Amino acid sequence: MTLQMRAPAPSAALHESPSMTSPAAPLVRFRDVRKNFGALAVLKGIDLDVAPGEVVALIGRSGSGKSTALRCVNGLEKVDGGELTVCGRALHSGTVDLRELRQDVGIVFQSYNLFPHLTAEQNVTLAPRKVKRIGKGEARDLAAEVLAQVGLADKAQSYPEQLSGGQQQRVAIARSLAMHPKLILFDEVTSALDPELTGEVLKVIERLARGGMTMMLVTHEMAFARSVAHAVVFMHQGKVWESGKGEMLAHPQTVELRQFVGNGL
Amino acid sequence: MSYEFDFSFLDEYLPDLWHGIWLTLGMTTASILPGFALGTLCAVGRLYGPPWARRAVVIYVEGIRNTPLIIQVFWLFFGLAVLQVRIGPFAAAVIALVINVGAYTAEIMRAGFLSIPKGQIEAASCLALKPSQALWSVQLPQAVERVYPALVSQFVLMMLATSIMSQISAEELTGVAYMIQSFTFRGFEVYLVIAVIYLVMASLLRLTLLGVAQVSFPRRRRLGTPL
Amino acid sequence: MLGLTIEQIAYLFRGAGWTIVLSLLGFVGGTLLGLPVALARSSQSRLARALSGVLVQVVQGIPLPVIMFVVYFGISIGGFDVPALVAAGVAMTLYAGAYLGEIWKGCILAVPRTQWEAGECLALTSTQRFVFVILPQALRIAVPPTVGFLVQIVKNTSYSVVINFFDLTYSAKVINNSTFRPFTVFTIAALIYFAICFPMSLLASRFERRLHRG
Ligand SMILES: Nc1ncnc2c1ncn2[C@@H]1O[C@H](COP(=O)(O)OP(=O)(O)OP(=O)(O)O)[C@@H](O)[C@H]1O
Ligand SMILES: [Mg+2]
Repeated sequence: MTLQMRAPAPSAALHESPSMTSPAAPLVRFRDVRKNFGALAVLKGIDLDVAPGEVVALIGRSGSGKSTALRCVNGLEKVDGGELTVCGRALHSGTVDLRELRQDVGIVFQSYNLFPHLTAEQNVTLAPRKVKRIGKGEARDLAAEVLAQVGLADKAQSYPEQLSGGQQQRVAIARSLAMHPKLILFDEVTSALDPELTGEVLKVIERLARGGMTMMLVTHEMAFARSVAHAVVFMHQGKVWESGKGEMLAHPQTVELRQFVGNGL
Repeated sequence: MSYEFDFSFLDEYLPDLWHGIWLTLGMTTASILPGFALGTLCAVGRLYGPPWARRAVVIYVEGIRNTPLIIQVFWLFFGLAVLQVRIGPFAAAVIALVINVGAYTAEIMRAGFLSIPKGQIEAASCLALKPSQALWSVQLPQAVERVYPALVSQFVLMMLATSIMSQISAEELTGVAYMIQSFTFRGFEVYLVIAVIYLVMASLLRLTLLGVAQVSFPRRRRLGTPL
Repeated sequence: MLGLTIEQIAYLFRGAGWTIVLSLLGFVGGTLLGLPVALARSSQSRLARALSGVLVQVVQGIPLPVIMFVVYFGISIGGFDVPALVAAGVAMTLYAGAYLGEIWKGCILAVPRTQWEAGECLALTSTQRFVFVILPQALRIAVPPTVGFLVQIVKNTSYSVVINFFDLTYSAKVINNSTFRPFTVFTIAALIYFAICFPMSLLASRFERRLHRG
């Protein structure tokens, strides 16, 4: 459905260059990462790199551990084993200042989680003002800038309940952008939206990708993953089962991925 | 029954009535904000504080909520007198009211904090806000807005409860009424009038507090919808 | 003991006995008044709803001590010499009736509409429907807030001190006047109130939790 949104552009190849050729250290580096919830092993040794400027899509069945992997990246979940390095910080060491980490790593949730008592502008500027202590005027400029980036310059004074689901999700993206993060995580950000609204959110994410933003996204939009992501990671039973470029979805190597795309497309 | 109603005391004692009304309203307004602050602090302590703080809040809240206000007032007022602390009935009344309403407010605010979806707190912490910043800017405004009607009822009840403060010789409205009836022997009429005045004051206080909400919750002013 | 004589402590407990008597009066009277109020508040008739609504609003907007005074002086203008117990009992009845009526109205309305319709399908008269279908369910919902309100009744009987009814608060005041030991006397009084109220508070929240689970 969203495959036609953007011509399978040469930019995809262009974007691959950071991860392929440049020796730049990855922003995110999973090495044999393990995570248990009680007796339940949810991540059973994940290896995964995300280079600066790269867009990585995580796909897989419900319960395969996609969200958990993503939430480990900004410290919402602690890893139980292996090594996880994010923006140069060794999260497995347990000594990382999460507030510092989260200034570099934004996250957008399926349920938006906008602050209902604040306008779009206030939602966007709350963290920059409290955490980075920017002034009122600067905050207003910042809000105007990031809201324009998601196409909502005219909604600055609206409250979340006055916005459609798609608009709310775009404000949530703007809220992350306002912290000028090095990396943004997206967890099924369109799953709660109608198809029409899904499109407008995906367009925003795609524009960010083209702008060089590093992103990890959990998604069920296979066509989108295939066209926008530089790398697709198929997770199954807490492991990276298969990974590669978007084309991998057209030529699955494993039975599990074949079944998964078979159902999904 | 040939009882003749006689409201002529109204003329003579009008200034006293006004005085009583002002004292009642003064006690009430002086107690609202400190009582709210105390209650909110206790709610936060109960929810997020260290174990000793949680236990202390539980003891305070249950102790106050399971004993009558008058006993608390007597304990404080006569106790202070024995300790030779002279603060006067008005101050003693306000302190007792704050301590009393703080316990009820703590329970209301706790419910308010608990009703906020987890995702809100998670979102705040993912934006690198400190827990204290999240509490102040994200949780507190939402909690207050959610439980505001209950808070209003609580403060109206508190206003009505000031009527026992004449027991410690604070000359609030009910105390003035007692004085008038002891001079005029028109107890029934006097207390009927007083009852009507309280009814009016209760409605006005309710309206005022709802008006305060319109000013302090900009979202409510614009949209008029509950959170 | 604690600077009080045995007689003085016994006096406090005698007051506590009258507190319980007045509480029971308030609860029984409040139930007798509260039931019709609840029915009227949830009835089809607009007039019944309005009248009972006014009663509730008025009682809830007047301090209980003032209600005590109004009743006390109101009865005595008929030329009767009223015992304080009667005045306090009537005032507690009015007070408890208004609040219980409002609480129970909420419980009746909390029974889903579909239950009324189900009753209709069984060809029951509206009285039968109410008694056999709605009431049992409303009662179940009503238990926790009613027990919770008992605590309010017990605490608020202390307001009868304004018309010099001899209860726990009054007896504590008297003992304090003669001993000047406010901390001892009022702490004992508070503990007695607490001993009566706290178990009921616990019971109310236990019922509440059970209701939410079940
Ligand atoms: N906080 C938690 N406590 C206990 N178990 C959890 C917790 N979070 C997730 N799990 C379990 O871990 C497993 C993986 O969950 P996860 O949310 O990572 O899956 P997912 O791949 O994101 O699935 P979905 O597509 O449904 O979102 C599931 O079995 C889930 O029940
Ligand atoms: Mg998930």
